[in-house]
Amino acid sequence: MELKTPLYEAHVKAGGKIVPFGGYLLPVQYGAGVIKEHMAVRTQAGLFDVSHMGEILCEGKDALANLQMILTNNFDNMVDGQARYSPMCNENGGTVDDLIVYKKADEHYFIVVNAANKDKDYQWMLNHQFGEVTFTDVSEQYAQLALQGPKAMEILKKLTAEENIPKKYYHAVFDTEVAGIPCIISKTGYTGEDGVELYLDSSQAEKMWDVLLENGKEEGLIPCGLGARDTLRMEAAMPLYGHEMDDEVTPLETGLGFAVKMAKEDFIGKAALEEKGEPKIKRIGLKVTGRGIIREHQDVFVDGQKIGHTTSGTHCPYLGYPIAMALVDAAYTEVGTKVSVEVRGRQVEAEVVALPFYKRSK
Amino acid sequence: MELREGLLYSKSHEWVKEEDGVAIIGLTDFAQSELGDLVFVNLPEEGDEVTVGEAFADVESVKAVSDVYSPVSGTVSEVNEELLDAPESINEAPYDAWFVKVTDITDKEELLTAEEYQAFVESEQE
Repeated sequence: MELKTPLYEAHVKAGGKIVPFGGYLLPVQYGAGVIKEHMAVRTQAGLFDVSHMGEILCEGKDALANLQMILTNNFDNMVDGQARYSPMCNENGGTVDDLIVYKKADEHYFIVVNAANKDKDYQWMLNHQFGEVTFTDVSEQYAQLALQGPKAMEILKKLTAEENIPKKYYHAVFDTEVAGIPCIISKTGYTGEDGVELYLDSSQAEKMWDVLLENGKEEGLIPCGLGARDTLRMEAAMPLYGHEMDDEVTPLETGLGFAVKMAKEDFIGKAALEEKGEPKIKRIGLKVTGRGIIREHQDVFVDGQKIGHTTSGTHCPYLGYPIAMALVDAAYTEVGTKVSVEVRGRQVEAEVVALPFYKRSK
Repeated sequence: MELREGLLYSKSHEWVKEEDGVAIIGLTDFAQSELGDLVFVNLPEEGDEVTVGEAFADVESVKAVSDVYSPVSGTVSEVNEELLDAPESINEAPYDAWFVKVTDITDKEELLTAEEYQAFVESEQE
């Protein structure tokens, strides 16, 4: 039985095509279609319901020590309101999930995790907690909306005072408001575009959704579904749990070394990562040079020899060509390497390119 | 859902127009709307044999790939290569964006009229 986000009725009313995802019923697209929604976010603005994401509080005297041990990134130098991305590893160095930690204040942290992993993550934290700390799953209380695109900030500024908006990327303002509705404003996103994510009480979600769409009309704001969310994150080469990483794949293999602080005294998975040493497989970007679209779980070859498999792939609406990401033998990751990918029995030619595929101009 | 009079429809959502022993085949408006924005098309070649109920082409949206099934058996006499460069024309005008013309027809599945097809789609959605 799939759950509904507080915005389910609003999606149906807006013409959303509803599919099950991560345990929730969510719109894969609205009437405009995936390509128009994708382009709206690249050129104007899009609004996403991401209320399916999980939120967990980590509080107490030993909150920081727990985060330092359970997660791979370093959190001991954060200012209040700052956000930090981190993988969470198992003892073998594989990835339990990837998540974002916000420091609300000393001893008060707000963690955002993937919908499909929420229960697993919460259980993992409870199983590994120590000292004076409390982990609380508050997912049901929170709705999350993502307002993304070059016009996102313009729209937001109509609805809240300038000082309520975080100045820097990966910073948030807690206990603030948009259009009089209490919320957290976070300058983060999963599209490769400028924008914010808003966390608010579930009961206020529909009100916020409507007020944003109403006030963003002029700027071309439209509601966007999971389809565009996926093509946007792929174009920006952002990894997705269950695709570019899983319980087996380590964060180092999938290119998240920047968020794995091996210099930290200890964290779960550190010993295994040390023992594995330099990763033998790596995540690469592929641009299709032949005819066809590469999808996930397809074998990648160099000179007839299998070197790995794809983890995500699609036609990129903004770039205008098909791309894929793959985990392959580290010996074949140089930009320009020619590969072929088996797509339903047919070989499609592709070439290793630098990641990300798309980077916005500032 | 748009339908066009004078065409026949298959339960796998292809349309067929028969003219002087030639079957022109495409995807219905319902099919294109279910598939979403199409970005890639794979077509057979002139001279290829097609068989009733078997895939002769595939179409891909940003999200997924789907087969296109032949409602007739016969030989491909002409391929609409314009679709290769403009798969979006299937979304824009599904009844003009034909895929192939088939001649030497030896077999044909039972096809539906516009009215019957509409009833079929509605019953499937229930």
